[in-house]
Amino acid sequence: MNLHLPDFAPVLPELTVMLMACAILVIDLFLPQERRHITYGLTQFTLLGGVALILVLATPDPRITFGGSYVADPLSDLLKSAVLLISAVVFLYARPYLQARELYKGEFYVLGLFGVLGMMVMISAHSLLTLYLGLELLALSLYALVAFNRDASAASESAMKYFVLGSIASGMLLYGMSLLYGITGSLNLTGVAAGIVAGLTSPDLNLALVFALAFVVVGIGFKLGAVPFHMWIPDVYHGAPTPVALFISAAPKIAGFAIAIRLLVDGLAPLQESWSGMLLVLAVLSLAIGNVVAIAQTNIKRMFAYSTIAHIGFVVMGLMVGNEQGYAAGMFYVLVYALMSAGGFGMIMLLSRKGFEADNLEDFKGLNDRSPWFAFVMLLLMFSMAGIPPTVGFYAKLAVLQSVIQADLIWLALFAVILSVIGAFYYLRVVKFMYFDKPVDDAPLTGSGDFNVVLSLNGLAMIALGLFPGVLMSLTAAVR
Amino acid sequence: MESIYLAIVLAPLLGAAVAGLLGRQVGRAGAHSVTIAGVAVSFFLSAYVFWQHAVAGAAPYNDSVYTWMVADGFRFEVGFLVDRLTALMMLVVTFVSFMVHIYTIGYMRDDPGYQRFFALISLFTFSMLMLVMANNFLQLFFGWEAVGLVSYLLIGFWFRRPSAIYANLKAFIVNRVGDMAFVLGIAALVLHTSSLDYATLFARAEELSGITLSLLPGTEWSLLSVACILLFIGAMAKSAQVPLHVWLPDSMEGPTPISALIHAATMVTAGIFMVARMSPLYEHSVAALGFILVIGAITAFFMGLIGLVQNDIKRVVAYSTLSQLGYMTVALGASAYAAGIFHLMTHAFFKALLFLAAGSVIIAMHHEQDMRRMGGLGKYMPVTYVTALVGALALIGFPGFSGFFSKDGIIEAVHLSSTPGAGFAYVLVLAGVFVTALYTFRMFFMVFHGEERFRHAPPPDHGQDDAHGHHGHGGEPHESPWVVTLPLVLLAIPSVFAGYLIGPLLFGDFFDGVLHVDPSRDVLAELGHHYHGVWGYLAHGFMMPPFWLAMAGLVSAWYIYLRRPGIARVARERLPWLHATLQRGYGFDAFNDAVFAAGTRRLGQFLWRFGDALIIDTLLVNGSSRAVGWAAGRLRLGQTGYLYHYAFAMIIGLLGLILAFAL
Repeated sequence: MNLHLPDFAPVLPELTVMLMACAILVIDLFLPQERRHITYGLTQFTLLGGVALILVLATPDPRITFGGSYVADPLSDLLKSAVLLISAVVFLYARPYLQARELYKGEFYVLGLFGVLGMMVMISAHSLLTLYLGLELLALSLYALVAFNRDASAASESAMKYFVLGSIASGMLLYGMSLLYGITGSLNLTGVAAGIVAGLTSPDLNLALVFALAFVVVGIGFKLGAVPFHMWIPDVYHGAPTPVALFISAAPKIAGFAIAIRLLVDGLAPLQESWSGMLLVLAVLSLAIGNVVAIAQTNIKRMFAYSTIAHIGFVVMGLMVGNEQGYAAGMFYVLVYALMSAGGFGMIMLLSRKGFEADNLEDFKGLNDRSPWFAFVMLLLMFSMAGIPPTVGFYAKLAVLQSVIQADLIWLALFAVILSVIGAFYYLRVVKFMYFDKPVDDAPLTGSGDFNVVLSLNGLAMIALGLFPGVLMSLTAAVR
Repeated sequence: MESIYLAIVLAPLLGAAVAGLLGRQVGRAGAHSVTIAGVAVSFFLSAYVFWQHAVAGAAPYNDSVYTWMVADGFRFEVGFLVDRLTALMMLVVTFVSFMVHIYTIGYMRDDPGYQRFFALISLFTFSMLMLVMANNFLQLFFGWEAVGLVSYLLIGFWFRRPSAIYANLKAFIVNRVGDMAFVLGIAALVLHTSSLDYATLFARAEELSGITLSLLPGTEWSLLSVACILLFIGAMAKSAQVPLHVWLPDSMEGPTPISALIHAATMVTAGIFMVARMSPLYEHSVAALGFILVIGAITAFFMGLIGLVQNDIKRVVAYSTLSQLGYMTVALGASAYAAGIFHLMTHAFFKALLFLAAGSVIIAMHHEQDMRRMGGLGKYMPVTYVTALVGALALIGFPGFSGFFSKDGIIEAVHLSSTPGAGFAYVLVLAGVFVTALYTFRMFFMVFHGEERFRHAPPPDHGQDDAHGHHGHGGEPHESPWVVTLPLVLLAIPSVFAGYLIGPLLFGDFFDGVLHVDPSRDVLAELGHHYHGVWGYLAHGFMMPPFWLAMAGLVSAWYIYLRRPGIARVARERLPWLHATLQRGYGFDAFNDAVFAAGTRRLGQFLWRFGDALIIDTLLVNGSSRAVGWAAGRLRLGQTGYLYHYAFAMIIGLLGLILAFAL
């Protein structure tokens, strides 16, 4: 028996992140609290170095390694870069918050890096097993992160909920995968697809395949947070420390989108008719529940949770269309969404300070009087989330709606537009609070230089990408 | 020639722009100088154009000067069609406008809105010229609406008076009714020819006359009849024909110069001009001609009757205008287009003259308009007296004056006409001659002869008081300044002599190739066989019934209002219902107020309460937001916080997917 060493070149970024995470875990043990910035610096170095490595190693042709269970292609390069960059922004936003609350510990960064690694594995997975591996690595890191502030009962409660529900979802996904394996006899996604084509001829297997598909869709739906697998989102966003909520809200959605592409589009392409129908149901429900219930929220983190659900409705709608245009539109949307979400949570953290979370909508009242610039940044973010031109959120919605209309689902496009109009209400309410109401809190805004600069850039990106949407759009269209 | 036509149109527009936009900078003198200069340029160039076409025999000009847009095969253009009809109209419009401009200097001397007034009358001149010079329906419609707009603005010139606002709104709304039909008429024609151009349309008239429409299921309508009647309904509003005439008497709320210019001489004749211009189309529809004939005859007679009971000097002239417009309409209906245009021209001169004379009297009376407070003014204002007498004689058709020739032509034409309704119309226009003479000289005697009633206290039922009515009546009445009397004299000249053009205009070849008349209905040509020069026509006139009827009217007026003033009072007391009917104008206003105005308001109320307030505001806008809010409140309850509920939802979701797609 010959032992073939697999080709390690395509997984160099993942290896780097893994090794660095382990190294940081050890190094951090020996650092006193006042030298914690070394941990932080190393983490950022790892993330940005990962991006650099991905860009250096990028090739236009897919490279499959590890016996067909791992793939590096332009899609994974783009999404992994996005995950790493967004995570770098998240860690940057998180630092002042953590410092102010005695949460500035190495574990946050180590868990975060392992979560990032999990996402990278998910994005590059080319077999059911790798995919599951990445998913669990991410999920376990996140469970721990949610409970990171272990003295806060709300955090523990939401971690518990997240853990239990996440386990159920993982179990379902695993069950679906095992069925697929049983039917097709392959773990490799290419093999699965081939096996399905063969299996579709038999009516019995056909039924079993759709049965398996339903379980897989539940797993993906849970990860993305589509209705009715969304219940964890509001409670977790609300209970988790704001930086963790930010972390969960941004990058993992990109990874969730990636596994949807990998599993449904690559692996289960022959079942497209069925999964399109399932995703349609999820999209409609997500748009409705997300937009409508967000209106009733008074806590801005919960509002963002429902807003996430509504945005995911759009992403799922793009996937549902089932063609290249739809996938590109969905990808564009999810990337834009991650940016908007990072900015939104960044604003909450800007307003918060020790002993004050600034997570009520009222806390944004009169922001214009306190800081016209950051009120404007928030305005750009809210406009973008609501989809008001010329912000990039408009183009994201437009791209998805275009693909939906091309698929002759006019009613769905209309439905999405009507619910977006309803959704515009709660975004504009924030703007109204900022500009037309008197401040209830007049403490000066705290924020270090790098925080303020990146947050401003984050807000300005909404308008910059909105004016030049072609930059990002051509990228997403090229990889898909 | 194109640059001349452009100059004719644009000179008044330039004047209007300067006086209107820079009124404060150029001042009062500046405003009237620049607008009078503009309209003078227009007038002299129009005279030159008229000479070119009428005497030098220039070929008709028909070309577009500017293409606004080309859309879907339709060309939207600004273009001029200048032939003898247009040239005549241009001359009349610019001449009267020129006179009125000069007159206004005196009439509006003390008014704070002096510059605005000059700007508006110049703008009116521009609009009217655009209307008459149009070579396509788009421009015609532009001019049509523009004159309507300026008319609206000028009727409401004294915008602080509620009665003026009422009157201008009324004029606007009534004209809207006509415009609706007018647009539909244009649309019907354009729909079938895909062209807005007159020439294209006229060329295809024969072909169009074969097309029928099915407006109601099972009925066949001739396209041309429908289009012509619709266009004429537009003309009925603009030219104040029954039952769309109701706005014209009220329009006397505007200053007198515009009553003369717009509501007597020019704008109200736009409908007459339009029908004459469209004669190639109308000749294909006997139904439309009959309709026109009947409407015109009714207007000519019954509106004249109302003039008998009016006490406001301007309203008498206004009803007289209605009646005379009826005569012109009758001429159109009898296919005697040339007679209609001829009467339009003579009427423009003598009616403008009468209005301006009335204005001169009003100045002398310190803006008093009630004839019961006048009398015996003849000796105080000789120029006004003589010119008003000329106007009155022209109006009643006294032989030798312009009105005689034009009105006689119409009456003779109707007599010979075989168009359905001609017999009915003939009786009414003949009777109208008597009525015309009666109310005209009733006014003339009440104002210029008899007892000097202005020295007495006002009568108890005096209700016509206006903003200027309380200047007191101190001092003797005296003649108006030269800027007022000069136009009177200048207008009196054509009021006498314009009639001697009857030969070429009615029986000659002046309108050959411009006005089209079907040979079977060419009553004027038939009359022309018996025409042997103007003097013969004049002599013949003394033997015709219209002359004797006019004399009878004149003498009756003298007898009733000068000789035995008691008769009028007795008649009023003996026939109260007749007097009341006439006083109320046959109840048109009451009917419109009760049915259309009140009905529309009630419909509006209903649509507001039901459609807007209930459906849109309450149900759609507030209702949807409340429904969303309610749904949000309900749905958020689903987020219970209990882990097993969340897990349950996931299981249900899974089962739902399996049930829906696998089974």
